[in-house]
Amino acid sequence: MLKGFLDRYLERFSWVSFFLRLFQIAAIIIIVVGVYNTLTTAKYTNAQWVTLVFAGLAQGSIYALIALGYTLVYGILLMINFAHGEVYMAGAFTAVFLANYQAESGFLARSPWLAILSWLALAVVVSTVIAILLERIAYRPLRNAPRLVPLITAIGASFVLQYTFRGFYGTVFRSYPTVPALQGTVNVFGAQVPLVQLVVLIAAIILMVILYFFVDRTKRGKAMRSVSEDHDVSRLMGINIDRIIVTTFALGGALAGAAGIFNGLFRPQGVFFFMGFFPGLKAFTAAVLGGIGNVRGAFIGGLLLGVIESLFPNLILEGLGIPAVNQLRDAFGFTMLVLILIFRPQGIFGERLAEKKA
Amino acid sequence: MEEKPRPTWQIILRSGILGGGIAAYLCLVGLVEAFSERFLIGSFLTLGEVMLVTGILIAGLLTARELKDNKILATGSSLLSGVVSSLPLILLIFITMLFVLRPEILGATYNLRDMFVNLSPELVEILTLGQGLDNLALGILLLILLSALMSLLGAAFVLLPRRWSLGLISGIAWVLVIGIFSDTVSQIVRQVAGQGMIRVIFVNEALTPQAAVIIFAIAFVTGFFSVHTRIQTRWEGIPQTQQSRTRMILLLAAFGFLLVLPWVVGLFLSQALFTVGLFVMMCLGLNIVVGYAGLLDLGYVAFFAFGAYTMGILTTTGSLGRGGLNFWMAIPFCILVGVVWGLILGFPVLRLRGDYLAIVTLGFGEIIRILALSDWLAPFEGGAQGVLHIPYPNFLGIIFDSPQYMYYVVIAGGLIAAFVTIRLRESRLGRQWMAMREDEDVAEAMGINLVQTKLLAFAIGASFGALAGGVWAARLGNIFPHSFNLLISINALAVIIIGGMGSIPGVIIGALVLVGMPELLREFTEYRYLMYGILLIIMMLVRPEGLLPEATRRRELHTGEDENFEPVSQQPVGSDR
Repeated sequence: MLKGFLDRYLERFSWVSFFLRLFQIAAIIIIVVGVYNTLTTAKYTNAQWVTLVFAGLAQGSIYALIALGYTLVYGILLMINFAHGEVYMAGAFTAVFLANYQAESGFLARSPWLAILSWLALAVVVSTVIAILLERIAYRPLRNAPRLVPLITAIGASFVLQYTFRGFYGTVFRSYPTVPALQGTVNVFGAQVPLVQLVVLIAAIILMVILYFFVDRTKRGKAMRSVSEDHDVSRLMGINIDRIIVTTFALGGALAGAAGIFNGLFRPQGVFFFMGFFPGLKAFTAAVLGGIGNVRGAFIGGLLLGVIESLFPNLILEGLGIPAVNQLRDAFGFTMLVLILIFRPQGIFGERLAEKKA
Repeated sequence: MEEKPRPTWQIILRSGILGGGIAAYLCLVGLVEAFSERFLIGSFLTLGEVMLVTGILIAGLLTARELKDNKILATGSSLLSGVVSSLPLILLIFITMLFVLRPEILGATYNLRDMFVNLSPELVEILTLGQGLDNLALGILLLILLSALMSLLGAAFVLLPRRWSLGLISGIAWVLVIGIFSDTVSQIVRQVAGQGMIRVIFVNEALTPQAAVIIFAIAFVTGFFSVHTRIQTRWEGIPQTQQSRTRMILLLAAFGFLLVLPWVVGLFLSQALFTVGLFVMMCLGLNIVVGYAGLLDLGYVAFFAFGAYTMGILTTTGSLGRGGLNFWMAIPFCILVGVVWGLILGFPVLRLRGDYLAIVTLGFGEIIRILALSDWLAPFEGGAQGVLHIPYPNFLGIIFDSPQYMYYVVIAGGLIAAFVTIRLRESRLGRQWMAMREDEDVAEAMGINLVQTKLLAFAIGASFGALAGGVWAARLGNIFPHSFNLLISINALAVIIIGGMGSIPGVIIGALVLVGMPELLREFTEYRYLMYGILLIIMMLVRPEGLLPEATRRRELHTGEDENFEPVSQQPVGSDR
């Protein structure tokens, strides 16, 4: 019986699968050992873990909002909009000037909510305009080109946007003003969680619900879903494909703009022309994690990635005795991306795309 | 679908606003102001002014192109669109005046210059052609006049008879090129013809007016009589055997020229040549991965870093040194490390394609950089401090401490890389790569072992990258993890794409244009990546096959558009080449 099993196994044996399986097992062992070591040494209290989780959720909601832009565009055009991180940067970088002006003139202290809404409006408008321009100039002429061509254009566009805003606004690092109304902490499960993190999380969830209703309930949303199924048939049904694609880019841009402001609220420093690059990559990771092309997946993936990023370096790496784990935080995000793409390219909710369509 | 011709006023307005928009964008980004002190000809024309009028030229060009059937109408319209294109610039002047220079007029409380750093008094000065705010009306009038004239010039490119416009374009282009590269040109002239000649041609880094006129005249005549095409027809008239012999002689001459080049051009240019050579070597490796095997690798810098660190750790005389080898002994280890890491990083991504592959490799590149920076690995490779005191190569007692010597190392490396690439391309493996590039599934069905083929592509590509990294480390003497950022990968990729994927001359041209030119144009450093981005986009829109593409690739991307398209399947497979 063992021999029969062995024969059947050897028939389907491939070195690639074998090594990948080994790799998988090694990764799991490393994770388990790290977690075990950290938890048994009890270096952190429960309250500290809760704090980390909420910081991760707030960061994750920003990833999620950007990831929605990747996912929407991928769902419709099957292309990775590499320059989406720059769309996020454009909004955040522009609104920082308004924010500082309002902080100086005292408007922010007088009516903080109105001020934040005005930043949001500005960032959303700028990001949306940039996203639409991007589609019009860089992507539309290449819609039927080989797959590599739009990807390279997207890389080019990413550089153009970065250095355009560098030229516009200079190379100085800016920062958002702190909003007095959002200071303070809330007690959650015995841990002190900053209010601003909760606000950001809730606002992101609200935006997500709005988007969900738009895609699910409105006529335009229906058209979007139809286009993502099949361009030609949608065209036959009387849908203006170009308009739908523009809508998609605009939606993604608007969400990215909002994400830029949320980021500025809870992590005020570091607004400059390169700020969009890493969040963009992380958000892409989040989109892949949730299953690219899937709206719900992008959101869950974003939150999950945020939590993973904030928890796991302390949870796993510290248990393995690695010093200065926070230096490796970014590497951790990318490692996640690599692992997901290797072992579950379809993500949590997605269909299997990485091999078929890509 | 036949489109209705647009009404004339719409054409004028569209191209005018587009051109003016481009001009205003260049102003806001800072290109106009940054080069307003950089004179091209005497003290008349600055590079900033050239930048400014580029957009307006485009306005005239576009208008004239759409209306070229009716020359009089086209001339008038392009004049008008030039006027239209000055409107965004005038708007810019007023915005600067109201929000930066004279806030008291409207009672503006915010200095817009805090946001847009380029809305400066100097910009207004340039836009009003030196009149400033005191003579605002005159300045704006002059600007409109200039715009109209420049738009006419743009239209002239289209409307003049072909020979005239060719002459005009090549004349202007040559004057601009020599003006921009005046630094380089003057160094070469100094070496070849001495100081006296320079005083005739250049004054303070700019061309003298006389020299500009002479250059323009020569270029105009060559363009006008289309000397280039004549030589080409003559060349095609020569019998085949003689052609190949001449080509051989030319090649040898070029090679000899390459050998003496560093001693002709001086130290500074040798450094630029060294960098170009290094990139050629590296990009030939990436070319195998991306150009032949079609695996878009955005993390190529990782292999470069592995090579550099291997060289550093094996040869350094500092505290991190292990092995204490010399440069020549360490080189094989660099290549070996490159191959091994090519296999290790190639293995997990075997099943990924296209965009996913690109992102994962990008992730690898970043992971490697972050790991190199971290304290965790610092005891082995120096962490943020990097590896210091890497000795220069030493060959028969000559210490290669100047770029002129290192240039020969990269030339040798580049020649080896080119040789390997050519032999691989012609081999069975090369054809497997190309089959895989075209369609993985079909290639697999044809019996190609995808695992082996892909891994070989990664490994061989990585070895070139690591070799380049090793040479680079030895030239610099110190390496820091910050140097191994994504921009190197993007640079290398851009070189291949702009040169023409899969083509070796393309890689060389690409490296000269994208690596060599920015080295020479130090003033452009700030805007280097902006230019890259624009170049990449324009390239993809206009000429996706690159500057010097492989024949097959060009055919592939232009099927149907090309009337002289020849089917390639005349010969039986396998007997070609």
